[in-house]
Amino acid sequence: MSDKISKLLHEIKRNRKSYLFVAPYMILFFCFTALPVIISICLSFTSFNVLEKPVFIGIENYVRLFLADRIFIDAIGNTFIMAVIIGPVGYLICLFLAWMINELPRLWRTVLTLIFYAPALSGNVYFIFQYIFNNDSQGYMNALLIRYGIIQSPILWFENPTYMMPLIIGIALWTSVGTTFLSFIAGLQGIPSHLYEAAAIDGIKNRWQELWYVTLPSMKPQLMFGAVMSITGAFGVGSIVTALCKLPSTNYAAHTIFNHLEDYGGVRFEMGYASAIATILFLIMIGSNKLIQKVISKVGE
Amino acid sequence: MKKKIKLSRRTRGVKRSYITDIGIYFILLLFGLIMALPLVYAVCNSIKPLEEFFYFPPRLFVENPTTKNFKDLFRLMSNSWVPFGRYIFNTVFITAVGTAGHVIIASMCAFAMSKHKFPGQNLLFGMVVLSLMFSSAVTSIPNFLIFTKLGWIDSYKSIIIPAFSSSLGLYLMKQFMDQMVPDDILEAARIDGAKEIYVFWKIAMPMVKPAWLTLIMFSVQGLWGMGSSIYIRREDLKTVNYALSQIMNGGIARAGAAAAAQVLMMFVPVLIFIFTQSNIIETMSTSGMKD
Repeated sequence: MSDKISKLLHEIKRNRKSYLFVAPYMILFFCFTALPVIISICLSFTSFNVLEKPVFIGIENYVRLFLADRIFIDAIGNTFIMAVIIGPVGYLICLFLAWMINELPRLWRTVLTLIFYAPALSGNVYFIFQYIFNNDSQGYMNALLIRYGIIQSPILWFENPTYMMPLIIGIALWTSVGTTFLSFIAGLQGIPSHLYEAAAIDGIKNRWQELWYVTLPSMKPQLMFGAVMSITGAFGVGSIVTALCKLPSTNYAAHTIFNHLEDYGGVRFEMGYASAIATILFLIMIGSNKLIQKVISKVGE
Repeated sequence: MKKKIKLSRRTRGVKRSYITDIGIYFILLLFGLIMALPLVYAVCNSIKPLEEFFYFPPRLFVENPTTKNFKDLFRLMSNSWVPFGRYIFNTVFITAVGTAGHVIIASMCAFAMSKHKFPGQNLLFGMVVLSLMFSSAVTSIPNFLIFTKLGWIDSYKSIIIPAFSSSLGLYLMKQFMDQMVPDDILEAARIDGAKEIYVFWKIAMPMVKPAWLTLIMFSVQGLWGMGSSIYIRREDLKTVNYALSQIMNGGIARAGAAAAAQVLMMFVPVLIFIFTQSNIIETMSTSGMKD
């Protein structure tokens, strides 16, 4: 055993140059990404208000979350609905658009890539929707609907629980053509054309068969990477909710786990409880990524 | 030498029918319109004179374009408690320093992970890949505590330094180096007596220009769009995007100025993307993940 350790130490010494290269990045990564995950998991078993020392309370936070916090249960439901729509639909839109522009001439492809990517490109551009769906009759959508007699009085789009969820989902989809899309374009362009020629000889009849048997299996690594990007993006929808519906949204109708975390961590300063929420969010995100990767590895089989 | 990926149009395998082609163009056109409309709306609003905002029903396009909104924006903001120039400085400073640090530190790390062999490298890279799978919201509370301990609350550091270690950048750079930097060239330089830091900076880095342009693009995109941060409370350290959300609360009278600010904010990442698009696509070609 000690022999092994001394051998490892020797190895580390021999490779110290490599460690110097990775050190600046890995130290920061450890301090601001890895360590915080561990701290968050530890804090989730405590009661902690920042001012006093954390007190260990076992799994009480989790019990409270699942048994006594109606809003959290609703938030899980909302998150689930939003993520299940935004993730896969956004992902398929990316794939579909990338696939369709792939055969266009270069100039058109470049222009369309810019147009499709622009909403994801410019950060908080979804603020525009605050004007389009403004509350009063000057709001673009309200004015149009009133003009054509569809509604009589303006709708409070981001305060009315009926409209909040569909609007947020629509806006999130609008911004979802991001890194995933770029990755798919690259994946499609990297498929060698002899594969298609061979497939045509082998009796592939139409472009749907071609997509399933040739294209998708050839770009599986990009499909995997795109899934990770899309899932992370889909769970980030809470920031759009806060920006447009405020925190908390009316009747918590668009409240997600992310917003619940913001509420307890950033507003109420119940850090132990908020850490339990963060830990659950962490587990859900990692879990759904692993699950989707299993599904994608079956593509084309 | 460097492998060049083929980005040409592929030859067709199976026959396409014209009807499907037309259908595809139609759907693309439709999607393009939906995606572009809100952006067109923002651009139009930014050059709309105030009275046109009160037309009923409101119009999408502008009749008498004006630059007044942009002037208003600067006048409005120069009279405010914190001058607008200060918000712009904050955003530019955070973006520039954060991006420069990220590209250098992540490239160094990616270089060693891609071209060296040392104990623990797979574990370290595995951790970075895992971190792609959850958002920064998960770590926001511990980070708040860490920044408080370090005295980084109300300091640029709390935004800039964590941005150095963004995991997407490291991932893309490492994948690109794996495929695009041949080992024998590095080995030849080492035999000639080149120091490792020289091999990295003068030989490997020039070969992966598409990758660092991509890192610049993604880093700028993230930092430039940065809104309010829970780590920054001092008004004079906040960013343009935060100021923008304040202007938007001013209602319809401020709609022009807000749209002007929005267009200014959109301009920078869009411009960078236009110039780096082909490099980004080239980088993404190696972005694939193994299961």
